[in-house]
Amino acid sequence: MSSYIASIVSVIGINMILALSLNIISGFCGQVSLGHAAFYGIGAYTAAYLAKLGAPLPVTLLAGTIMAGAIGIVVGLTSLRVRHDFLAVTTMGIGFVFLGFVRKQKWLGGELGISGIPGPGLDPLVYAGLIVLFAAAVIVFSIWLKRSWMGFTFDAVADDEDAARTVGVNVSTYKLTAFGIGTALAGLAGGLYIYFARIILPDTFDFVQSIAILTMVVIGGTGSVWGVVAATIGLTLLPEVSRAAADYRLLIFGAMLMLVMRFSPGGLAGLAALVWRPKANS
Amino acid sequence: MLFVELIVKGLAYGCMYAMMAVGLTLVYGLLRILHIAHAGVFALGAYMVVTVANASGSLALGFAVAVVVSGLAGIAIYRLAYQPILHHAAFVPMVVSIGLFIVMQEGFRMIFGAYGIAFDNNPWYVANLGIAGINLTYVEIAMIVVAIVLVVGFGLFAGLTRAGIGWRATVTDPQMATSFGIDPVRVRYLNFLFGSALAGIAGGLVGLLNNYVEPTMGGAVSYKALAIIVLGGLGSVRGTLIASLTLGVVEAFGAVYLADVFDRDAIGFLFLIVVLMVRPQGLLGRK
Repeated sequence: MSSYIASIVSVIGINMILALSLNIISGFCGQVSLGHAAFYGIGAYTAAYLAKLGAPLPVTLLAGTIMAGAIGIVVGLTSLRVRHDFLAVTTMGIGFVFLGFVRKQKWLGGELGISGIPGPGLDPLVYAGLIVLFAAAVIVFSIWLKRSWMGFTFDAVADDEDAARTVGVNVSTYKLTAFGIGTALAGLAGGLYIYFARIILPDTFDFVQSIAILTMVVIGGTGSVWGVVAATIGLTLLPEVSRAAADYRLLIFGAMLMLVMRFSPGGLAGLAALVWRPKANS
Repeated sequence: MLFVELIVKGLAYGCMYAMMAVGLTLVYGLLRILHIAHAGVFALGAYMVVTVANASGSLALGFAVAVVVSGLAGIAIYRLAYQPILHHAAFVPMVVSIGLFIVMQEGFRMIFGAYGIAFDNNPWYVANLGIAGINLTYVEIAMIVVAIVLVVGFGLFAGLTRAGIGWRATVTDPQMATSFGIDPVRVRYLNFLFGSALAGIAGGLVGLLNNYVEPTMGGAVSYKALAIIVLGGLGSVRGTLIASLTLGVVEAFGAVYLADVFDRDAIGFLFLIVVLMVRPQGLLGRK
């Protein structure tokens, strides 16, 4: 029972870091990304490769985070060239390029991925606690970021890039910063994932995973920290509480995406704001 | 000879991409929606062809049913999924489209099973035509011929008929077209009807080509079709056609010469990213 709880808590924590990291890019800074799972994968592969070589946990986590963030900044450069719909398709493409590359690399295990990853050296429950700690730190960081000067600037870039540029905001720098932070955190989630799963497969980081992350953000309310946190917990627990929901998990995700967009494009946070006027959307 | 064969095979794939991408680019040109659920229509067409052809023994009847059903599905998608949310920011219809695509894919899995269906009788699958050392299956030839006929037909329709002129006017300037008495909603219906029927045919042909129809078959093709319409400069039909053929050929060569580094799907997107970095507006797009 305790290992079951540990695994659910771990999954929720990892999903939360993923959703909040995408929320920084797409929610705060308004840059659509359909390839977020690639950075999750970059973090996971980097950490797994180093862990197999014998590197200790702090080193692998840090390396995964830095690697994903560095590649994320490079990918962010595309957001300076293309916008909106072009960017959505480009980021989707990044996901396929990552997957297509990893699948063909023998030294990364090809289609079979990397298995036999050493454990974290901690009790599963303690390790789950560590993941929760990281997730909590990301929540606090997101709230701080949103209220900071940088958060306001992200908001301006998201609202109207040209207007932001007119009032002297260096749009490029802020976009790259958002991509750097968001993708680095996704890399962290990837690093945390490997010690929990002990095996990684290329397909774990495919387009469906990118969409699953996006689903949590959109249903929670794009840009809202608490909305995304609530949606992540709800959507991760849903298949656990109901057998039917587990069988039709993707169907339910798809239907929820359509219904939420149709009736409350602001997601859960939008609904909450309707119920409790003065807006509670931080 | 490998060189020529790769070009011809690439063009055959490019023709199939074109049939998918033209529908997407029409939707984008008119409504500015990235119509990801087009992949679902593609798979729907394939399922119609394979089930009807297996039940009745007639491939032609299968394609006829596929054209009608996918065309109507396109209209239903516009009316039920897109029309109520058109006034929202572009992000909203895109997310709806993703949701719809997932629902359709899971729907096929539930109705037709997860393991895919093969054709009982698919003579074109094996029949080969060798011209000057180049081997093409009949399905590949059919893809080229069908794509050319349909695209030329569409070009004539858009250029010469009243409805076609109305359609072009609406794409260029919806407001002006409305003042001249064109009903924009009817143009949208026409758009989805035509684009979706085309996707249905493409789906059926790909089903024949692989002799296999499965729930996720729309995925890779339509993601690449999205890449193609971006490559062509969103909303430009001519750019889309050029981009489709180019991507088909690039993939055919990449799949041979880059096989150790990237898989087929990655090559298409890599090409897209490289082109976009050089020309952010796409091959034929305007800034």
